[in-house]
Amino acid sequence: MEIPEALQYTSEHEWVAIEGDIATIGITDYAQGELGDIVFVELPNKGDSTSQMEAFGTIEAVKAVSELYAPLSGEIQEVNSALEEQPELINSDPFGEGWIIKLKIDDESGKEKLLSAEEYQSQIG
Amino acid sequence: MQPRKTALYDVHTQLGAKMVEFAGYWMPVQYKGVIDEHKRVRSTVGIFDVSHMGEFFIQGEKASEYLQKMTLNDVTKLEKYRAQYTGMCYENGGMIDDMIVYCFGDHFMAIVNASNREKDLKWMNEHLIPGAEIVDRSDEYSLFAVQGRKAEATLQKLTDLELSEVKYYWFRETKLAEVDAIVLRTGYTGEEGFEIAIHVDHSEKVWNGLLEAGKEFDIEPIGLGARDTLRMEMKFCLYGNDIDETTNPIEAGLGWATKLDKGDFLGREAIMQVKEKGATRKLVGFEMKQRAVPRHGYKILKDGDEIGCVTSGTFSPSLEKGIGIGYVNVPFNEVGTSVAIEIRGKGIAAEVVKTPFYQRPY
Repeated sequence: MEIPEALQYTSEHEWVAIEGDIATIGITDYAQGELGDIVFVELPNKGDSTSQMEAFGTIEAVKAVSELYAPLSGEIQEVNSALEEQPELINSDPFGEGWIIKLKIDDESGKEKLLSAEEYQSQIG
Repeated sequence: MQPRKTALYDVHTQLGAKMVEFAGYWMPVQYKGVIDEHKRVRSTVGIFDVSHMGEFFIQGEKASEYLQKMTLNDVTKLEKYRAQYTGMCYENGGMIDDMIVYCFGDHFMAIVNASNREKDLKWMNEHLIPGAEIVDRSDEYSLFAVQGRKAEATLQKLTDLELSEVKYYWFRETKLAEVDAIVLRTGYTGEEGFEIAIHVDHSEKVWNGLLEAGKEFDIEPIGLGARDTLRMEMKFCLYGNDIDETTNPIEAGLGWATKLDKGDFLGREAIMQVKEKGATRKLVGFEMKQRAVPRHGYKILKDGDEIGCVTSGTFSPSLEKGIGIGYVNVPFNEVGTSVAIEIRGKGIAAEVVKTPFYQRPY
């Protein structure tokens, strides 16, 4: 199971890659493995706002449904439209092609609550 | 209480299975992934360890008479090596379990749901009649299902028994992979296939033998996850989801297995009343009109009013859409009725459809 060092994490199994004021967000390898085959993703619209730890979308897998929680507060800049036709990208490449949204961060202080790779690793055991 | 392990626990973990607790056992829920495994069974053949299920033997000179009193279907219609889908009900018509009964001539075997084993046994013992006896031999048997259009070709390599002569819902006692086996032509997937009961000591030998024999058909182990999606595509009931102590066999669509004219049996009076008055709700299959997945417990709506409840639901790997099973009030059970499933506060369009959802193409 992969937990890239360069990324930050939440206790709800999202990962965040921050570049400037843009955060790219997805779910971790661990999360996709636990969910199993993902069959579709319900995503917000570009321009919607979300606040830290608010549910912004839903992932439906064959066996289970799971909410997506925003790791940071901000405005949705982009959603990964490829997931509409190929939600399984989250299973096959959770940290790459399976990214879910890009967020324009509007509250920098929220970053303090994110977990490092090491902290996330110790949380999932 | 710690979950128990089936004889193949280590074999499953070595095969990369994700193990979950189910009915008091550690069971493989998936190996590669539910959709891949589902498609494997629909395209060639898959093998399932379902050793958690219970095997009761009903014996004694009054065994047949006793089963006739306990179960819904007509046991007297059985001959040696014939099997029968049936169930048991409380006096009020609520279902205790559903099961398959296998006739060995002078005695019977019932394969029951793992989660109901204790409850069934208690009920059956409470109503025992002189001359009949129940032996719970669940711990002595492993049960494997080999399902798919290549199931027969796979099994045939391991036995001299002419399998093409064993018809659906018949079985035989034979040697399989050199060990004593009960080979049943039954299943829970809608495919051609067999279930095999063998002594637990031979579990690994037979399991590995089947994997080897099926290699040319790309046989793969299949977890409980795909077992569930496969049975849902056929609208086969799962006890605890679609049927339970609060549902009667008529509303569950099991009237065909409930022989009210066979004479007295436990629950008959109550079931007769339902039949005479007509069931007020019926178990139906429905499919989603949008990309959405119905789940157990979701409400079924008609013009905003609650008219029923989803009892099983999934994304169908064969149909590539959301499908579900649930109870709806009569007359909304008519095929073609537009309904909505309440998903996260929103009514999502669905339609009552003919079942099974999946028809095998051979």
